Amino acid sequence: MAAPTPPPPDPQFVLRGAHSAVHALHFCAGAEGHPLLLSGSLRGLVHIWSLQTRRPLAALDGHGGQCVTWLHTLPRGPQLLSQGRDLQLCVWDLAEGRNAVVDAVRLESMGFCRASILADGPQRWMVAVPGRGNDEVQVLELPSKTLVSCLKPEAGARLGMPMCLQLWQAASSSRPSLLAGYEDGSLALWDVSTRKVCSRVACHSEPVMGLALDPWRARGVSGSAEKALAVWSLEGQQALQVRGTHELTNPGIADVKIRPDSKILATAGWDHRVRVFQWRTMRPLAVLAFHSATIHCVAFDTAGLLAAGSGDQRISVWSLYPPT
Amino acid sequence: MDPVAAAVRLEVQEAVHILSSSEDGGHIVSTLQSLRRYLGETETQAPPGEQEEFSRTHFSTVLRCLVGKLSPDWLDLLPDGQLEELWASFFLEGPADQAFLVLMESIEGAASPSFRLMKMARLLARFLSAGRMAAVMEGQCGQQAGPASRLLQETLLTRVVGLPDRLGNRLQRETLAAFFPQNYFPLLGQEVLRVLQAVVDSLRGGLDCSVSFLSQVLGKACVHGRQKEVLGVLVPRLTVLTQGNCLWQRVCWRLVECVPDRAMEAVLKGLVEAAPGPEVLSRLLGNLVTKSKKAQFVMTRKLLFLQYSCSTPVLQSLLGYLAMDSQRRPLLMQALKELLETWGSSSAIRHAPLEQQCYVSKAALICLAHLGEAELRACRDELLASLMDGVKNRLDSSLPPVRRLGMTVAEVASARLHPEGPPLKFQYEEDELTREILALAAPWPAPDGPSEAGPPVAPVGGESPDQETVDGGGPQAGREGSDSELDSDDELVPYDMSGDGEQRNSKTPAYVRDCLEALTASEDWERWEAALQALEGLVLKSPAATREVSLELAKVLLHLEEKTAVAGFEGLRQRALVAVTVTDPARVAEYLAMQFYALNYSLRQRMDILDVLALAAQELSRPGRLRRATQQGSPGPGSQPSVAAVPAWQAVVEERVRRKTRRFCKQGSAGRAAATGPNEFNAVAGYFFFPLLQRFDRPVVTFDLLGDDQLVLGRLAHTLGALMYLAVNTVVAVPMGKALLEFVWALRFHGDAYVRRGLLSAISSVLLSVPAERLLADLPDELLEARSWLADVAEQDADEDCRLLAVKALLLLEKLRDRLLPLSSP
Repeated sequence: MAAPTPPPPDPQFVLRGAHSAVHALHFCAGAEGHPLLLSGSLRGLVHIWSLQTRRPLAALDGHGGQCVTWLHTLPRGPQLLSQGRDLQLCVWDLAEGRNAVVDAVRLESMGFCRASILADGPQRWMVAVPGRGNDEVQVLELPSKTLVSCLKPEAGARLGMPMCLQLWQAASSSRPSLLAGYEDGSLALWDVSTRKVCSRVACHSEPVMGLALDPWRARGVSGSAEKALAVWSLEGQQALQVRGTHELTNPGIADVKIRPDSKILATAGWDHRVRVFQWRTMRPLAVLAFHSATIHCVAFDTAGLLAAGSGDQRISVWSLYPPT
Repeated sequence: MDPVAAAVRLEVQEAVHILSSSEDGGHIVSTLQSLRRYLGETETQAPPGEQEEFSRTHFSTVLRCLVGKLSPDWLDLLPDGQLEELWASFFLEGPADQAFLVLMESIEGAASPSFRLMKMARLLARFLSAGRMAAVMEGQCGQQAGPASRLLQETLLTRVVGLPDRLGNRLQRETLAAFFPQNYFPLLGQEVLRVLQAVVDSLRGGLDCSVSFLSQVLGKACVHGRQKEVLGVLVPRLTVLTQGNCLWQRVCWRLVECVPDRAMEAVLKGLVEAAPGPEVLSRLLGNLVTKSKKAQFVMTRKLLFLQYSCSTPVLQSLLGYLAMDSQRRPLLMQALKELLETWGSSSAIRHAPLEQQCYVSKAALICLAHLGEAELRACRDELLASLMDGVKNRLDSSLPPVRRLGMTVAEVASARLHPEGPPLKFQYEEDELTREILALAAPWPAPDGPSEAGPPVAPVGGESPDQETVDGGGPQAGREGSDSELDSDDELVPYDMSGDGEQRNSKTPAYVRDCLEALTASEDWERWEAALQALEGLVLKSPAATREVSLELAKVLLHLEEKTAVAGFEGLRQRALVAVTVTDPARVAEYLAMQFYALNYSLRQRMDILDVLALAAQELSRPGRLRRATQQGSPGPGSQPSVAAVPAWQAVVEERVRRKTRRFCKQGSAGRAAATGPNEFNAVAGYFFFPLLQRFDRPVVTFDLLGDDQLVLGRLAHTLGALMYLAVNTVVAVPMGKALLEFVWALRFHGDAYVRRGLLSAISSVLLSVPAERLLADLPDELLEARSWLADVAEQDADEDCRLLAVKALLLLEKLRDRLLPLSSP
């Protein structure tokens, strides 16, 4: 404790040129192993950034000028999934410099809920998207686009809209589960195949804005519009239990991500700041005050890079606590 | 005449004759041997009747004769110091009291320095180390007091206790270590113990004994201020001996009872201080306080009200002693009533030093802790009445420590007196004293029944919850998780997060006029807060725009009320007001000073006015103010988080520039020139100062400086002093000093310590700010008067700070004189 705390870190570099607020970020491996960063903007463009040259390689326009809220790449191809507020889930083919929409799924909900994907085989994926009606979640199979199940809470539950989703399948179990955060601040664990709620807890008093799950420890964290993060655990993959809350300085969390090596956790704050915590103990490690507008999304690279996209049209990239 | 007596007398006369005239060693020895028969302890003892006659009548004569013969030649009559040994044995083996008296007498009578003096002193040291002092005192224990023996006792007493002083006087630098008080008195303590042991033994044997001589010795030693040495030896042993032994306890009680009244205080104080706790004190003293009026006075009045030197543990054992027995408990109740009465009396608050007030408070709280619910309920009303008086008087005081004392004691005492009522709760900052007082509140174990568990340690209040929050603060989620794997996460060093503050809203006004509008008319509280927060920066950034609205701005700020719970409202408002005053000093300062005496203001606002004026004057008089202001610019709200980083960064750059730059000038001037500039306060000091002096003696309906509002008067005095000090090197300083001295003169006997402090500091600043020549030329009478007043205060004031300030002012006066003297003397 004798050593003085180091001054707040600076970003490693900043990507400018999105020309509108950045709402989605995703790291992926590009050709020849160079890492790429994909960003989705308010104006509907998906930018592909080279982290080597730090310049945009391409801009994909497939959502008719509507906000891109979620991006994810699939190993085959490589293919890119992008979710936009034009009610389209587009599948892009990026192989060999192509950038064309090869397929699209029509969505049925205009909410801000981001989709979630589970690759349960080399050729089959499951995608959870907000469904028809206010409170429904649909699970589709890609590329066949067949509806696997439709998860609708009981009539009297009044959970509100789903706000964030996380599909996952425990190693020990053959059945996929879905974690969904709802508008009323509660978190529900669905069994996708039986379409039943296994467990539900109210972790927040405001809508749940983002959640992240650490399957290895069977624990996760969620952020909401209020001034606290909630840490919860999955007892025996079945029962959700709140383990504690962590107070923040300012209210509003737009996104939460845990680094793939489960060491640190980053939150995207409405207060223009990215907060970094030690995931195991929830000890605050850093407050990254670089942006001048709400931060909409954060993303981690497998190599440990952290990217944050903000309403000030910039993407900051940070290298904190490099994994050993 | 008794034939035995005649025979002894004849023999002794002959022996004395031989001793004084003979030069023959053998003859002398045989004479001495024959005399030794009367001392016993030899094979051929004289009959007991003769022995008694000898020791009663002739022993001191023989000893004096022996002393008279002492010389190097005489001792050399026989080889190997045989004669000296024989000679000394008379002193060491004969009746101890006479030997002691003759020893002391001869030492005091001997010429100094001399062979005889040193011999006698060594002999006395041997006498002491052989434990003969116990024999001296023991001899006095069995005797019944007749007039003759009382005289003897008196003489012995002064000799026994005064031994170190007498020896020190005679021997000067040659004195022996055994006679140092720090060595002698512990020895005396041990001897007293031995005598007590003998007394206890003879009491067991059915013999009657008196300890009154021992009591007198003890008393006298304590009166001489040797409590620590004597009782430091006695008390620990007595603590052990009296445990479970009634005889020893009774002897002990008797020992203290017999102490003469005039020494009672010294002995009791020493005992209370030396005893490790109330149980021990109770064993040593018994029910002394109910038997002896003097002891009762000392224990219940003198140590509680007339002195305040005891430490808290001592106080606890004193009051604990009173609480331990049902006969003494009425005294404790009485003491509590009187303590609370004193605590509540307004004149005591005004005239007693703070330490004494703390002492009385502590004593009262300890009493409360000892008394049971039922006892307290019996006279709750009376106690509450005096408590509430005290609280009220203390809250009126202008000294923060006094107020805080009132609040803490009120909280603790009311919780004890009135446990079923709603708890009294004040807001105050904790300091060492309040924590100590709160710790005293814990009730003691039940009064009756032998509680041998030692003094209960009061649980320290605030600590345990602190610990909990530290442990359970952040990582509630993580710790208990199943993290059996060895994680290296602990190496993650957190970055500095001090910049992580509450986020501000973006409605910050950009112009001074906007701020003014937002503060007066806005119903949008976020905008109101933002305006308040931005105002100081805006005023500093645009002085011209501020001057246009300065008076309105000052008016608005002065009347501003805290409408939302914005953090640091007082500070923000004050800084803004200071900034406005600094920007347009003449008009705003005059306005503020006029408002100080206006009708419809609260005390808070009036004191704010004073603070603002002082701070603005300080800002104006700071050298180099303009340059810094322009450099700094205005800190925008956005730059807040990086404040900590800037200096380090600047330092690095400056260091680089310094290393790479070569300067063609002398080393000394390379450094930054000291900030200079005209004292801007010069032109406007009058606007700050004189309106404040105008009407202090004219009360209005809501504001009476010379009456109840003495706190403001104290503030006013302090502020005037500060303004005077800041007006150093200005033209107006001389008339200001004159006016201020008149002000001080008018108020010099004010009853409130805070006001007096203000006046004293004002005098000091007059002495510092007005040039010495002008002081002497223009204000000689005032100075003389001030000087005599200062001397009075320095000696007699009840308040320690006042005395200190007066001494400082006197020193300044002295310095002034010293500086002028060389000028006046040719």
